[in-house]
Amino acid sequence: MSATEEPQKLYAAREPVFPKRVYGRFRNLKWLILIVTLGIYYITPWIRWDRGPELPDQAVLLDLANRRFFFFWIEIWPHEFYFVAGLLIMAGLGLFLFTSALGRVWCGYSCPQTVWTDLFFTVERWIEGDRNARLRLWNAKWDFRKWRLRLTKWAVWLLIAVATGGAWVFYFADAPTLLVQLLTGQAAYVAYATVGILTATTFVFGGFMREQVCIYMCPWPRIQAAMMDEDTITVAYRDWRGEPRGKGKARENLGDCIDCNACVNVCPVGIDIRDGQQLECITCALCIDACDDIMAKVGKPRGLIDYMALTDEANERAGNPKKSVWKHIFRLRTIIYTVLWSAIGVGLTVMLFIRSDIDMTVAPVRNPQFVTLSDGSIRNTYDVRIRNMTHDESTFQITVAADGAPLLVELEGQDGNTVPVPIDSTYLQRVYVTAPADSAPAREERTDFRFWVEDLGTNTRTYTDTTFFGRDLE
Amino acid sequence: MTDNTNKHPEEQQLMAGDPETTGHSWDGIKEFNNPLPRWWLWTFYATIAWGLVYTVLYPAWPLVNGATPGILGFSTRANVAEDIQRFDDMNADVRTRIAEVELAAITPDENPDLYNYAIQGGAATFATWCSQCHGSGAAGVQASGYPNLLDDDWLWGGTIDEIHYTISHGIRNEDDLDARYSEMTAFEGILSDEEIASVVQYVRNISGQEANATLAAAGETVFLDNCAACHMDDGTGDRFMGAPNLTDAIWLYGGSEEAIEETVRHARFGVMPPWSADASEAGRLSEAEVRSVAVYVHSLGGGE
Repeated sequence: MSATEEPQKLYAAREPVFPKRVYGRFRNLKWLILIVTLGIYYITPWIRWDRGPELPDQAVLLDLANRRFFFFWIEIWPHEFYFVAGLLIMAGLGLFLFTSALGRVWCGYSCPQTVWTDLFFTVERWIEGDRNARLRLWNAKWDFRKWRLRLTKWAVWLLIAVATGGAWVFYFADAPTLLVQLLTGQAAYVAYATVGILTATTFVFGGFMREQVCIYMCPWPRIQAAMMDEDTITVAYRDWRGEPRGKGKARENLGDCIDCNACVNVCPVGIDIRDGQQLECITCALCIDACDDIMAKVGKPRGLIDYMALTDEANERAGNPKKSVWKHIFRLRTIIYTVLWSAIGVGLTVMLFIRSDIDMTVAPVRNPQFVTLSDGSIRNTYDVRIRNMTHDESTFQITVAADGAPLLVELEGQDGNTVPVPIDSTYLQRVYVTAPADSAPAREERTDFRFWVEDLGTNTRTYTDTTFFGRDLE
Repeated sequence: MTDNTNKHPEEQQLMAGDPETTGHSWDGIKEFNNPLPRWWLWTFYATIAWGLVYTVLYPAWPLVNGATPGILGFSTRANVAEDIQRFDDMNADVRTRIAEVELAAITPDENPDLYNYAIQGGAATFATWCSQCHGSGAAGVQASGYPNLLDDDWLWGGTIDEIHYTISHGIRNEDDLDARYSEMTAFEGILSDEEIASVVQYVRNISGQEANATLAAAGETVFLDNCAACHMDDGTGDRFMGAPNLTDAIWLYGGSEEAIEETVRHARFGVMPPWSADASEAGRLSEAEVRSVAVYVHSLGGGE
């Protein structure tokens, strides 16, 4: 490098992308996924679900203040958080599975960044026109028409962005109540802040950052490479068939590619798929639709750009038959992912159905380990937490089973061995267990026994094993 | 580096298109020019600006004594003080009522809010002021004669009112004229060694422990003549004088022969300070706090 040479630019302005409208099977699939995913996101908080009095009637609700997660007929308490952890692991393994089988299919079809950007593109196309009109507008002076179109577009974007941020907070509180509060200025500060932040991110990421988010900000595309191999089905260009590309009628020495740039014009990340696989590519498959359309018009078979695996490309080039799609998808790593995913799913489902409506934890008070009473008997103290997850107030009976050892139960502040526990709550009950003087548990260092809790309303029982500490006279 | 023939085929292919490089070359290793987006650069500058503004607005740069205060006057300590004041204000009403209602009325049924506050607040006050002697679990320290507050044996009474009195005024202290007071005689010199040995065996006997039968029989007379005035004829003690029950399984200073003999010879003189600021200048706790601790101690399993 000579000293007179101009220094390299290390930073570059974003190249604007103006994707052209496209029709085809993958575009239709994307429309369907867009409608379904956005529909789920916006509508879910408004679904009602009657759980009886005193409990929220929102089907999906993350009640952080009361530490409950409601999902239709399922109610998750904090001590059951492993359900959430399990679902997150399943989501992760699911992504691994889909990535290893179908490449960046998450990025191309269902990532919120892709879906909202797609929605924003639609609005843009609707207000400013298709690719060529938008290109002209981009280069045009800032006259009245440009301002009008831009401001209209931004206003619609902003509306979508506010709705997006607004829908998010509805998952955390009763949606109809919160909507009224938001509109009348009575909602909590944190609700407005959340709506504000999500509005800003939706507006900026969907309207302006777009593919930059995927290329520079998102870690997932970088991680995905580790899950892909030569059998992963991904979007690619059949260059052995297309090259040498060229325009014109005389095609004796040319491939099938007529160099019409349709694939480039529709690309939402602004790349040319004919250059091979690139890190920017989110495999949205719109170039496939665009090229298939052109191939149909010039009377060539579809699939110059197509979903295929790397091994297929080599086979086709050599004129060998390619493997079936299923052989690509069913291979060791996808089977392992599927097995792990299913195992966790089956485990969680089983846990969901066998879990009890009542639950207890026992925390032995070990400061001190035991108390000697005036008649020489030995008393241990336990903090018993009873969780009444039913939707009725109920009386619970606490008993001990100790292989015939004479342990007596008393409850602090209660008559007898029953305690009322309110609806849908946890009750902390201090329990005294006393062994008479000179009985075996009073004299031995440790005696294992079992606490039983029975809901006298439903006769559901549960137990926890714990230990009684004696004086250890030996 | 124009000779590409000995390079990896892929690199040959890459270099064939004369790609743009940064121009840097280290031992022939070149770097493709993949410029970062300009917005990234501006974001980086923005974070620097943010950092500078932040250090002006908020406490930041360390100096010799503390740090620059920041022009917004933000202080975590002031926030804590504010929070404490806020909670004090919130609890003011409960505290006033705890100090005024009948002690016996602070129960889960009659005044659940007061009871809950007393238990939680009493536990905190106990941990701060009482646990040094009585232990964090309120089990006392037998070797030092700090009573166990969890059992059902009380020297001066275990009703809520008696516990409240003991906490308010303390035991055998000079600061509060209303302190509970009694003093056991040190019998060394008054009783002979044989008499002391026999009364020790007698006390061991009436508390159901192993004892020498001959000595214990001889000790009964000694006990009735010297000890029964306070500990009563049957040895069950007298709460009015804080004289412990000698027939049960609980020992303030231990029930071994050595411990009992030490008690008989030299007596014991356990002291507790007065805690009520109303009752004594030495008292450090408000009436609401004293009452909270009383409710808490009463709830520990031995309250009468």
